[in-house]
Amino acid sequence: MKVSDKDVAYVAELANLELTADERARMLRDLNSILEYVDRLSELDTENVEPMAQVSDRYRVDVSRQESDRFAYATRDDVKEGLRPSLPHEEAVKNAPETDGTFFIVPKVIER
Amino acid sequence: MAAGGEVKESGIEGIRSAVSERRTTAVAIAEEFYARIKKDDAEIGAFLTLSEDRAFAQAARIDKMAAAGEPLPPLAGVPVAIKDVMVTRGVRTTAASKILDNFIPPYDCTAVARLEAAGAVMLGKLNCDEFAMGSSTENSAYHPVRNPRDKSRVPGGSSGGSAAAVAAGMAVATLGSDTGGSIRQPASFCGVVGLKPTYGRVSRYGLIAFASSLDHIGPFANTVKDAAFMLRTIAGRDPMDSTSADVPVPDYVAELEKPARGLRVGVAKEYFGSGLDAEVRAAVEAAIQKLASLGCEVIPVSLPHTEYAIPAYYIVATAEASANLARYDGVRYGFRAPGTRTLAEMYRQTRDGGFGMEVKRRIMLGTYALSAGYYDAYYLKAQKVRTLITRDFDEAFKKVDVIAAPTAPTAAFKLGEKVDDPLAMYLADIYTVTANLAGIPGISVPCGETREGLPIGLQIFGRHFDEVTVLKVAAAYEAA
Repeated sequence: MKVSDKDVAYVAELANLELTADERARMLRDLNSILEYVDRLSELDTENVEPMAQVSDRYRVDVSRQESDRFAYATRDDVKEGLRPSLPHEEAVKNAPETDGTFFIVPKVIER
Repeated sequence: MAAGGEVKESGIEGIRSAVSERRTTAVAIAEEFYARIKKDDAEIGAFLTLSEDRAFAQAARIDKMAAAGEPLPPLAGVPVAIKDVMVTRGVRTTAASKILDNFIPPYDCTAVARLEAAGAVMLGKLNCDEFAMGSSTENSAYHPVRNPRDKSRVPGGSSGGSAAAVAAGMAVATLGSDTGGSIRQPASFCGVVGLKPTYGRVSRYGLIAFASSLDHIGPFANTVKDAAFMLRTIAGRDPMDSTSADVPVPDYVAELEKPARGLRVGVAKEYFGSGLDAEVRAAVEAAIQKLASLGCEVIPVSLPHTEYAIPAYYIVATAEASANLARYDGVRYGFRAPGTRTLAEMYRQTRDGGFGMEVKRRIMLGTYALSAGYYDAYYLKAQKVRTLITRDFDEAFKKVDVIAAPTAPTAAFKLGEKVDDPLAMYLADIYTVTANLAGIPGISVPCGETREGLPIGLQIFGRHFDEVTVLKVAAAYEAA
């Protein structure tokens, strides 16, 4: 078993999930079975292989350029007014579970 | 195919000319399709939301143009429907999740806006696996979709509603999304055409993100030609998606007329190994023979890292999903758990109550793969294997123009058959995830049936941005 009960609890906390006792038991079983299958990746020697984060890394990148310059294809000149008008305020809060019309309201963050 | 009847005969071109020549009206066509949906969809379950006001307003606009003798746009009056992972202004969009049950988007997905600008009539939003995570549409938080060809079976997934709606004649064409096979596999299961274009070919703006480096939007249709019409409409650079490519969009429809003779078709033994159903194998091999008889040259190629695609995919996809789904926190939109006292409690209970089991499983797996101490072993390793899989295709495409393979290892399976075994469900994508990892285009076209009458799909992969050749080979096979 690669993943323990403790790991499940820790990862759930990182992911902001609570999970019931039953769900935790299923996670433990399923994550171990999936990771066991994933382990076959270790059969491959990837010592000198570059990681691929994006398809566009491969066909549009100018490798002679450095760092973020390499991804210049994805940049554009600044547009003064934005690409489109921003959403009106009332549209932006319309789907909020709780709002006063100006802000999103959430439970208290800092206890006094 | 029986379902769809007369509409299938006419297709996109037929509908446009019928409306243009005033033999019928776009409103009458929309009414006919809604009548069929209301009669048949209770049993199928393809639709989550109908957008009748929007559809009839668009249809009336088209009819007004036709009455005035104005030239009609290419998709005029064509009834389409959209997988519910693409946002539609003013029309509820759920991603088939309870966490977005009440979400009314304030803007339109670019692909949807382009279809409507081309005259298409959007009938409604289609069921799918929650957040497009699944291979059977059984992970919908609302209800499963039944395969129109055999209602005891799944339609495939995650775009099960998109495939079923076309197969059952409830839409002429639909949009789906494909992160690991979610267009091609359900197209195969339901006996329709499904196309996943090159990564960057179609803007993802307004597509609810699952795994951003693997997500694609693409069409379903009854014919390759209709799929080409759909692609021609939605493809092309969009300033709202920085990964959408500034590559010219060819006239896919006109290109279909050119012959496929002389094209080199690769066949990789890795796609015909153990686990491939014997009837599927026979049908796909016969289809490849048919391509040879049409003057294509069949050449063996090797894609040696294929067996590592599923494990690499499930790490990359879940890692990206765990980050993308962090936004569902009950603050700005969607469900919020009631009666919580602190912000942390509100986040956790909202996500616990709003997400289904498979979504939680993938968030957990992705979070684990990205967590301190495991990042190199899982996420970085998977990204390196992604490079190897992509190189396999680069090498193969030096020798061939397209690669032919089965779309899925089996025909449609029974509802409930794999729900309790996530790994078995993941393996339904074994022949499709490679194209997502490499970003190459792939199509599934019907290539016969099993003895039980279940559709089988032939998959054709092509080079980056070479949808033209993929569609041409698919159309040649379809016509033969």
